[in-house]
Amino acid sequence: MQLNIKYFGMLAEATTISEEQLQTDACSVSQLVEKLKNQYPKLKGTDFKVAINQQLVDQSHIINSEVEVALLPPFAGG
Amino acid sequence: MNSFNSRYHRQVILPEIGSAGQEKLDASKILVIGAGGLGCPILQYLAAAGIGTIGIVDYDTVDISNLHRQILYGTTSLGINKALAAKQRLTDLNPEITITAYPEKLTPKNAVSLFSEYDIIVDGTDNFSTRYLINDACIIANKPLVYGAIFKFEGQVSVFNYQNGPTYRCLFPEPPKAGSVPSCAEIGVLGVLPGIIGSMQANEVLKIILGLGDVLAGKLFMYDCLSTQSSTFTINRVESEISKVQASANSFETIDYDLFCGVSQIMEITANDATTIENAQFIDVRETHEQPKIDYLDPIYIPLGSLEQKLITISKEKKTIVFCQSGIRSKKAVEILFQNGFKDVSHIKGGAIALYNTISESNLTG
Repeated sequence: MQLNIKYFGMLAEATTISEEQLQTDACSVSQLVEKLKNQYPKLKGTDFKVAINQQLVDQSHIINSEVEVALLPPFAGG
Repeated sequence: MNSFNSRYHRQVILPEIGSAGQEKLDASKILVIGAGGLGCPILQYLAAAGIGTIGIVDYDTVDISNLHRQILYGTTSLGINKALAAKQRLTDLNPEITITAYPEKLTPKNAVSLFSEYDIIVDGTDNFSTRYLINDACIIANKPLVYGAIFKFEGQVSVFNYQNGPTYRCLFPEPPKAGSVPSCAEIGVLGVLPGIIGSMQANEVLKIILGLGDVLAGKLFMYDCLSTQSSTFTINRVESEISKVQASANSFETIDYDLFCGVSQIMEITANDATTIENAQFIDVRETHEQPKIDYLDPIYIPLGSLEQKLITISKEKKTIVFCQSGIRSKKAVEILFQNGFKDVSHIKGGAIALYNTISESNLTG
């Protein structure tokens, strides 16, 4: 299925892109995250939450087709 | 009363606010933690709008490197505690409100009792330890939390613990690995970004007090000032995370948030103290080309990048004092030394620049 993935903050630096279209057979969020960490090794040292269609979800969430995925890291600065 | 009416005239004539709204603002008590990049615009707009009671917590002093974004301060504020300097400037902006400065560090010991004196808590801090402390103290004291944070050109805003909404821990239950998310001091920040995010936080405070619009509760707002794009994400309340914090209420004062966030207690000494310490070994972790050299301390030169390979040249028996140019790399060096079994290690605040000034001022030669 086709996913639109957005990377925020330091995750965009780790992947060197802020957004991409990805064709994948991953079906849960944890499977997708594992796949992305293999594709972008620098993501392995980062912490982030995943949102599907603007809704924060947990790792066991099942991804349906045609969705927008966002990877959200915590920010500390002020 | 005349001055009251004229001062707030432009907002009181908004039918959504009116004099009833202005009275609500006057009756409200807001605590802002951190009077830095986010805290400055938050404080300026809240004071200007006529919030009746404002508390400011900050233990840090104004540094010249703050002024490109912390525009509440001027060069006459340099070296002054931020809570006190902010109070002075805000009192000039609006002498009709009550401002209390707390020139101290927020800790698990003082947080809950301090929060209980205010209606809304605003997080303008710059580190995870304090952010988790604020969130948890808000859960225990049952106060809404207006949150904002920045990273380079991006910012986050949310309102936590508002009308049974989610908290920061429902979004990020655990802090990230220590050192994995760099600070503004390490990677820089565009001055206007905390201005935008802090102003949005002030706006959420006013919306809560006035009962206007949709409060950003249960939502995470993300903004990118380069693409000018924003996104809003929905966050759900996670009951198990909140009850864990509630269960810690009785032992809250003993929780070590630095430890929780993996931050080691780094001993920091001033340049002045460093020049008077005897029998210490000094390590300059700057690159070899960096100036000024501090020959007076007779340091061992080991650039940070090769520190781990050259540990054998440093004695574990002696007191070790590390410095770099300004005091950022030396903190990393202290962490590396701690990890490798060195115990009596500290670093110099302000680094070689502070040392150079201290040595020049006291006419020490070398």
